[in-house]
Amino acid sequence: MSTPAPIPAADPAYVRIANVTKKFGDFTAVDNVSLDIQRGEIFCLLGGSGSGKTTLLRMLAGFETPTSGSIRIDGTDMSTIPPYERPVNMMFQSYALFPHMSVEKNVAFGLEQEGLTRAEVARKVAEILDIVKMGGFGARKPHQLSGGQRQRVALARALVKRPKLLLLDEPLAALDKKLREHTQFELINIQQRMGVTFVVVTHDQEEAMTLGTRLGVMNHGRIVQVGSPSDIYESPANRFVADFIGSVNMFEGQVSQEGPEGVRISCAEVGTTVRADRAVTCSRGATVWTAIRPEKITIRRSQPAAAAGENVLRGTVREIAYMGDLSIYLVQVESGKMVRVTLPNTMRGGERPIAREEKVWLSWHGSSPVVLTE
Amino acid sequence: MFSRTMLVLGLIFLYVPILSMIVFSFNNSRLVTVWDAANSPTLKWYGALAHNGQILGAAWLSIRIALVSATFAVILGTLAGMALARFGNFRGRTLLAGMTTAPIVMPEVITGLSLLLLFVALSQLIGWPRGVGAVTITLAHITFCMAYVTVVVQSRLTGFDESLEEAAMDLGARPLKVFFRITLPLILPAIASGWLLAFTLSWDDLVITQFVAGPGSSTLPMVIFSKVRFGVTPDVNALATIMVLLVATGIAISTVWMRLREKRRARDLQLAAAANL
Amino acid sequence: MRLSQLAGRRLVAGIPILWLIVLFMIPFLIVFRISFSEVRLAIPPYTPLITWHHGSPSLEVHWSAYKFLFTDSLYISSYLYSLKVAAVSTLCCLLLGYPMAYAIARAQPSVRSVLLMLIILPFWTSFLLRVYAWIGLLKNNGVINNVLLYLHVIKEPLALLQTDFAVYIGIVYSYLPFMILPLYANLEKHDPALLEAAADLGARPFTAFRRVTLPQSLPGILAGSLLVFIPAVGEYVIPTLLGRTDQIMIGRVLSDEFFENRDWPVASAVAILILLILVIPIMLFQRAQRRELEGAS
Repeated sequence: MSTPAPIPAADPAYVRIANVTKKFGDFTAVDNVSLDIQRGEIFCLLGGSGSGKTTLLRMLAGFETPTSGSIRIDGTDMSTIPPYERPVNMMFQSYALFPHMSVEKNVAFGLEQEGLTRAEVARKVAEILDIVKMGGFGARKPHQLSGGQRQRVALARALVKRPKLLLLDEPLAALDKKLREHTQFELINIQQRMGVTFVVVTHDQEEAMTLGTRLGVMNHGRIVQVGSPSDIYESPANRFVADFIGSVNMFEGQVSQEGPEGVRISCAEVGTTVRADRAVTCSRGATVWTAIRPEKITIRRSQPAAAAGENVLRGTVREIAYMGDLSIYLVQVESGKMVRVTLPNTMRGGERPIAREEKVWLSWHGSSPVVLTE
Repeated sequence: MFSRTMLVLGLIFLYVPILSMIVFSFNNSRLVTVWDAANSPTLKWYGALAHNGQILGAAWLSIRIALVSATFAVILGTLAGMALARFGNFRGRTLLAGMTTAPIVMPEVITGLSLLLLFVALSQLIGWPRGVGAVTITLAHITFCMAYVTVVVQSRLTGFDESLEEAAMDLGARPLKVFFRITLPLILPAIASGWLLAFTLSWDDLVITQFVAGPGSSTLPMVIFSKVRFGVTPDVNALATIMVLLVATGIAISTVWMRLREKRRARDLQLAAAANL
Repeated sequence: MRLSQLAGRRLVAGIPILWLIVLFMIPFLIVFRISFSEVRLAIPPYTPLITWHHGSPSLEVHWSAYKFLFTDSLYISSYLYSLKVAAVSTLCCLLLGYPMAYAIARAQPSVRSVLLMLIILPFWTSFLLRVYAWIGLLKNNGVINNVLLYLHVIKEPLALLQTDFAVYIGIVYSYLPFMILPLYANLEKHDPALLEAAADLGARPFTAFRRVTLPQSLPGILAGSLLVFIPAVGEYVIPTLLGRTDQIMIGRVLSDEFFENRDWPVASAVAILILLILVIPIMLFQRAQRRELEGAS
């Protein structure tokens, strides 16, 4: 392993992916991606299947070579370094535990390649197995472990070499729902304790939101938005992100008024004017989309005391889905379009709930809509 | 119901000839198929076999050829299987794939003829091999056995998770080390069964061997063939019985061993499931 | 990819390719070339391909071996007879092997491995001895005739040995595992829910089999049939031990031309003509094999 070059003060990026493209024949899997990842963070690459997230991860590990562009880790260019010489380890989606070796042997495998003494290897293996709470299982073979235990061994095996970068490919996909929630927090815990930088690939937005300090949303081989989980949820950069993360009501309309205090958009589609109290760079008459999250819409029987014709809709409840913690209402507004509203079920019993086919008023605050120009 | 009846009939069809050979190997009469109730069962044909130098010598030659052929066939077949299963679309892939599947179905007379003509041409051209014999038989056997090994190894490699090899590489093992520490141990069962298959095929082959054998290099199938071509002989029954018993014992041992391993595995799985609660 | 790795890969693929080129491909080219020579009394016993006249080479191509094959009716009838024997045997193998494979695939998993073992076991014992065993069964004073005479089913022994029937028995018996195993591998993968769905939609068992199971098992039928048919065309041992003496198969013709008549060009021409018939089945087999081995990845 080469000694890491000192990081220039002006360049805080720990991992710098610059203009990386990967083609398989005619197919472009990763398309001119540039991305900086900071030391010590958990960076989640989120995207559907075929979005290029796994290919990007495999390029970081060294299993694929970029067609063009460069990857630097801690200041060192990785393009000519084979996977077995990179300061990077990976936790595979299938865990890829060697079936013919015991847990201890699996974890020791990476250390043995470094030429450490036997005692040192044994000490490090014992230490990491304790951290992942697998201390008593060293002699077992992988097939003698449950799914959750295998996941932890895979994590220990990848972490024991103290890599500069740990890559996790769908780390929780193989676990059932209960175990997944528990493991998420444990993963964050271990990451903070060891201070290793994580790059996680996942298609599960909930997983990405909980794990990630920052998220990169990928689509068709490109990074479409990078930001904190709340940035991405509250201020999606475009329609794809708004639609991909959570659910959203999207209304098409034309800008009728714009200024530093906000914009007004007339949405013929739903028959109302949407007022957003946020400055948007767009010209009058331009076609834009307003996105409003279902939980930010208020539903009630009486007319709200708002400016008439602004941020208010009238409609009929067509469907109600009771989800336990919340209820989803599908309301058909007068123009015919369906609007989705969610309401937390805060009280047991309480007042008479809104029923199907009831006439209702929908309204939202001026800070709720996000105006998207693309 | 129909299919089960056919299965039973089919199994009877498969085993009656073998059983009849075993029974008549204990028959006293020289007229193989007429049971001499007065003096049977007898072990006299087994005794005759033990003193038949020709058969014992041929068997010893066959064993040596099969050992060497199976070993080389396994090495070549493993390389070919690795290349076909792991190297993607390399140049020469179609050629290799074609040349490893064709010998499996090729009529043996053609393979035998073509190999002999090759050896003749080679000895004219470069003076080697000098005549035909054990060496040319072994070369021929390696060639047709490796095709079977390739299929066995390739299908095993296609079945296993490629990320195991990537994980080893990710943890710092170089390609050669990955092969010896991860790939080889995992395909070892396939290699072992490939070796056994190759051994059996080599041990059993008659037609190809007849083409590339010379005087003084008669293998066991060749000796048997020349005996049975002109009728049934009782000592061949005894020989067949010994071979069937050897194979059956080997398979029985391996079955018991596999059953035990399976049982242990099932118990382990239960333990793991219990630990999960 | 790095250079050392590339070199390693070249070596891994190159060694078996080289071996097979020398010991599998070149031999066929030699057979092809000798089939265009004439026999002569010399070592080697055929005319060279290139002769030198006053320092300049000239190509000598003789068609006599092929002409000879088409003038003597013995060869044509051997060809047709071999194809007939192989086709009938393959069909019998399929008719017996399909229900057997089906029954194994539908058996309990624990019984299944035992049944498979029983199918494979005879394969591990000598092929030659298993064919030989049928001589003892089929002879005039063999086991089958003795049993039938004892039961008074027949009054005189039936002539079973040295008939077409004996050859069919021998081929079916020897090649049955090659038919059953690919069929089993195919049938075992079928989802039993498909048959339940067919029954649920009103199909009787036979209709369900004909419309659901059979079409899905066609690749297995093809693979098994080719594994039996192709080698059976050139079969040598079975017809020699069990078959007719007045009608020989083409594999025996090749062997006799080579060993008895020492006519290498004619033997080579026979080999080339067998290959010509088999080239399409062999290519079909290779395609099926490739799908089977690479489909999983």
